[in-house]
Amino acid sequence: MMKYVFSFLLTLVVLIAVTGNGAAKEQELIGAGATFPYPLYSKMFDVYSKEYGVKVNYQAIGSGGGIRQLTNKTVDFGGSDAIMSEADLKEASAPILHIPTCAGAVVLTYNLPGNPQLKFTPDVIGDLFLGKIGKWNDRRLSDINPGVKLPDMSVTVVHRSDGSGTTFIFSDYLNKVSREWKEKIGAGTSLNWPAGLGGKGNPGVAGLVKQTPGSIGYVELIYALQNKMPYGMVKNKKGNFVTATLAATSKAADINLPEDMKVSLTDTDSSEGYPISGFTWILVYKDQGYGDRSEEKAKELVKLLWWMTHEGQKYTESLEYAPLSKKAVEKAEKLIKSISYKSNVIMK
Amino acid sequence: MNHSRAEVLMVRGATEAIRWRKPVFSESSFRKILAIAGVFVLLLLVAIFFSLVIASFPSIRNFGIRFLFSSTWDPVKSEFGAFPFLVGTLATSFLALVISVVFSIPISISLGEYSTQGSAATFIKSMIELLAGVPSVIYGFCGLFLLAPLVRTLEMKLGVAPYGVGIFTASLVLSIMIIPYSASIGREVISLVPSDLKEAALSLGATRFEVIRKIILPYAGSGIVAGILLSLGRALGETMAVTMVIGNSNFIPKSIFSPANTLASVIANEFTEATGSLYLASLIELGLVLFIVTTIINLIGKLIIRRMGVEDNEG
Repeated sequence: MMKYVFSFLLTLVVLIAVTGNGAAKEQELIGAGATFPYPLYSKMFDVYSKEYGVKVNYQAIGSGGGIRQLTNKTVDFGGSDAIMSEADLKEASAPILHIPTCAGAVVLTYNLPGNPQLKFTPDVIGDLFLGKIGKWNDRRLSDINPGVKLPDMSVTVVHRSDGSGTTFIFSDYLNKVSREWKEKIGAGTSLNWPAGLGGKGNPGVAGLVKQTPGSIGYVELIYALQNKMPYGMVKNKKGNFVTATLAATSKAADINLPEDMKVSLTDTDSSEGYPISGFTWILVYKDQGYGDRSEEKAKELVKLLWWMTHEGQKYTESLEYAPLSKKAVEKAEKLIKSISYKSNVIMK
Repeated sequence: MNHSRAEVLMVRGATEAIRWRKPVFSESSFRKILAIAGVFVLLLLVAIFFSLVIASFPSIRNFGIRFLFSSTWDPVKSEFGAFPFLVGTLATSFLALVISVVFSIPISISLGEYSTQGSAATFIKSMIELLAGVPSVIYGFCGLFLLAPLVRTLEMKLGVAPYGVGIFTASLVLSIMIIPYSASIGREVISLVPSDLKEAALSLGATRFEVIRKIILPYAGSGIVAGILLSLGRALGETMAVTMVIGNSNFIPKSIFSPANTLASVIANEFTEATGSLYLASLIELGLVLFIVTTIINLIGKLIIRRMGVEDNEG
C-alpha cells in the first residue's frame, strides 16, 4: 500500500517539475509600483497576455516600493505617480526613463449639509489645508461661492496617512500656488501635515470625510465618481473654474511637454485643464543590457511599453483614467525608441 | 496514591511496549534536538535585533539619541523624531489595558470559578476565543464605521473637537482585541487553584467572595498579571486596526480624544512609499524602538510576576 502511495507521489512531483519547467520558458515580465494605475494595468496586462502570450506580473506596492525595487534591479519595470527625485536617480546605477501611461486628477471632496457644488481658488485651498481657515462661513469662501449658504461649522481637514502618489500630486500643486505652503510643508508622498486627520488610502480618507460633518479631503477622481461624493471646481492658472473630468485632465497635459516627460501637470497653463492633475509613469532603465538580462526580455518589454501607450490606451476611459494626449504619445514614442540593449537601439 | 488495578496494568503494558521497541531517538539526541530548537529561537531574536540596528544605522548616526525626543516627523525636509509616536503607542496601549482589565478579570473569575461547566459557560468561552480569531482589519472597520460615530456623539456632548477618531477610539478597539488573551489565561490559572485550599477556606466559614479575594486572587495573581502583560504586548504592536481609527496625526496628543499616531501605524502607513535611505532608515528605527519598548515592558512584567511569586511563598 505504502509503495503505491509513494510511487503516486513521485509521479506527481515529476509531473509538476516538468510542467513547471515548461511554464518558465514562456516570457514573463515583472513590475511593481504605484497603486493608482493598478486597475488599469491589470486590465491592460490581462488583455496583453491573451493577445501576445507574454505574462506581465504587476505588484501594486506603492510608488516608493516600485522605485526601490527598480533600483535593486529585482523587477523589469517600476510604476510611479511621482517623478524620481535627484537623490533617487543617483542611487540607481544607470539612467532611468519616465514613460507616461495615463493621467489622473485629484479632487477636493467635502461633507456639508446638502453638499452644495463649491468653488475653490488656489489660495483658499492652501489656507484650508494649512489650517488657517477655521470655519466654513469664512469670508474668503463665501466670496467665491456667491449664492451658496455656507454653514457656521468648523473645518476638519482629512489627508492621506499613508505615503501616496495622490499626496504627491496634491502637495506639488499647493507648492506651486502657495508660498507659505512651499516654505513650511513642501511636496512629497508623505508630509508633515500642519492640521487635521489622516485616513489610510483613498477609502480611509473617503470614510472619514463621509462621516465627519464639516470635513474636507482630497481623493483621486475615480474614487469620488465611484462613491458618488461631491467635489469642488478649482480655479486654474488662466482664471477659469474647472470641474475635474477625464477630458479636463487630458487637457491639462496640453502644454509644452519636455523631451524626458518628467513633467508635473499641476497648475497647468492650459486654459481648460484641471489644475490638480498628474501623469503616472512606468520607469525602466534606458539601457536594458544590465545583469544577466536576455535581449529577448528587453525586446518584450519595449513591445509592451509601445502597446500600452498605443493600443492599450483604449482601456483608459472605461476605467475612469484620462488617456494620454496626442502630444504626450508622441513624446512617449521617442522615449521608447531610445531604449537600448548594450548600447544598440532595440526598436528602429 | 490510590491507583486502580486497571491503571497499574495499563502502565505496566506501556512500559513493556517501550522496552521492546527499538528506540527511534536516543535520550541524548532527543535532548539535543530540544536544545537546538531553543537556541534557534534565541538566535532568531538576536538576528532580528541586529538586522534592525544595521538597517537603521544611517538614521542612528544622523540623529543619535535626539531621535527619541524630537517631535518633528517631516519626510520632505528629512527630519525625523519618534517622540509623538512613542507617546501615542504607550497612551493607546495602557488606556486599552485599563479598559480591558475591567472586563477580563470578571470574565476570568466567572468562567474559572463560578460557571466552570455547562453549555452557557462553554458558549461564552468559545465566543471569547472567537474574538481572538477575528482579523484586525475587521476590528478596524467596525471601529471606523460603528464606534467612531458613537465617540463623535460623545465628543460633541463633552464639547471637544468631534473627530470621532483618536486615542480614545483606538484604545476602545484595542481593549476589545486584547480581552480574549488576558481573559483566557486568567480563567486557566483560576481554575488551577487547588480545591483543597478553597475547601479549607470554606470550611472555616469564608463566603464565596472572601474565597475569591483571599485565596484565589493571591494564588492566581501572578498568572493573571502574566496574561495581562501578554495582552499588553499585543496592544503595543497592533497595527492595522489602530491605523484605521487613530487619526494619524504626527503631533504629541493633547488629550485622550486627540488624533495621534503609533510607532507601528507610522511604519505601516509610510513604508511602501518611502524613498531615500535616511527616510527608510528612520522608519526601520521606529521598528527598533518598538522592539526595545516591547522588550523592556516584558522584562518589567517578568519582574512583577517574580515578586508576586515570592510574596506568595512567604504568605
